[in-house]
Amino acid sequence: MRYVKYRAIDDSTGKENNRSELCDDINEKRKNNFMDTEMNIEARLWDYIDGLSSVNEKSVVEKLIETNLEWKNKYHELLEAHQLMKSTELEEPSMRFAKNVMEEIAKYHVAPATKTYINKKIIWGIGGFFIIMILGFLIVAISQTHFTDTATPKILTDYNNAVNKIQWGKIFNSTYTNIFLGINVILGLMMLDIYLTRKKQQHKEA
Amino acid sequence: MHTGLTDTEIISRVLKGDQQLYAQIVERYQNYVFTLVLRMVESREDAEEVSQDIFVKAYRSLADFRGESKFSTWLYTIARTSSITFLRKKKLDTTSIDNEKTFIQVENQESGFKANIIEQKSRHAMVNEAIQMLSPDDAQVITLFYKGEQSLEEMGRILGMEPNTVKVKLHRARQRLKEKMEKYFSHEVREIQGD
Repeated sequence: MRYVKYRAIDDSTGKENNRSELCDDINEKRKNNFMDTEMNIEARLWDYIDGLSSVNEKSVVEKLIETNLEWKNKYHELLEAHQLMKSTELEEPSMRFAKNVMEEIAKYHVAPATKTYINKKIIWGIGGFFIIMILGFLIVAISQTHFTDTATPKILTDYNNAVNKIQWGKIFNSTYTNIFLGINVILGLMMLDIYLTRKKQQHKEA
Repeated sequence: MHTGLTDTEIISRVLKGDQQLYAQIVERYQNYVFTLVLRMVESREDAEEVSQDIFVKAYRSLADFRGESKFSTWLYTIARTSSITFLRKKKLDTTSIDNEKTFIQVENQESGFKANIIEQKSRHAMVNEAIQMLSPDDAQVITLFYKGEQSLEEMGRILGMEPNTVKVKLHRARQRLKEKMEKYFSHEVREIQGD
């Protein structure tokens, strides 16, 4: 390891101090700074070449290219690379390619747009089904809970008490709950029927 | 065969039942699609098979093209996803999509270059060979930008990335391409520069 010794003047006291620093560190720092600057120049020049620079940036870069030799050389280097990339030719498939594709598509029809067979009503129906179910259970559960003023401040105890107070047996035996569940089951079966009919039709078409 | 119709006009007529007009779309984009696929799938036979599949898929889902983007952007999205699916099906290492091709391949190509060093390469052939040495991702970014006539936003849609990320990727891809050309085609590059 090599150390570099140098003198530094303290701004506040004006005294000279002897300092030393690892030589490798300095070189590394210099190298990183150089890389950063070069990367930055390249990025700005690529933007300029691609026409992605703002009006201000464009004029700044133009001036730098005119006045700074490093920028000028880099610009010409990148411009050459850009022109080379633009000059590439596309690969060509075999002569029969288009004919093969046309023969293949002759077997098919254009499928209906996804919009038409994904019926929004069905999506809303399914969503509504679950929301009604959740809301229903919540309403029944809350209506069965007796909130009292004597409740202790402990939230967990309150919660446990509330859950214990729900008479599950009554909920599932009441006429209203049974009707509610019945409607949901019928709705569910209807949706299943629609789904299976569509699948059958698609299978027939294929 | 060419009627001078725009993509949108052709599509609306194909959707009305004029299936034969789709041939124009195929002819218009076959080289772009084939090149893009070839950047990911190395063999020409596989690339042709995948490209054919892309055009069939595009035809079948033509009704889904809503004209919110350019038709080419929509088609290249199908091309990219189909190529990735093909690679997965072939059980190729999918991570290689992001990595450069294996050292062995580059070595083989390098020995090929040495053997043909006397042969003068045309500009585009040289650049194409250098592009082939890049990772499929880098090669696709460069092809989309320079040959696919796609903006950064459109490329972002195809690649599923933010336009800024695409810009960074493009810068890096160009840098790597430049390095490859300097490494393997320094002689030709110097000649071009001397023109």
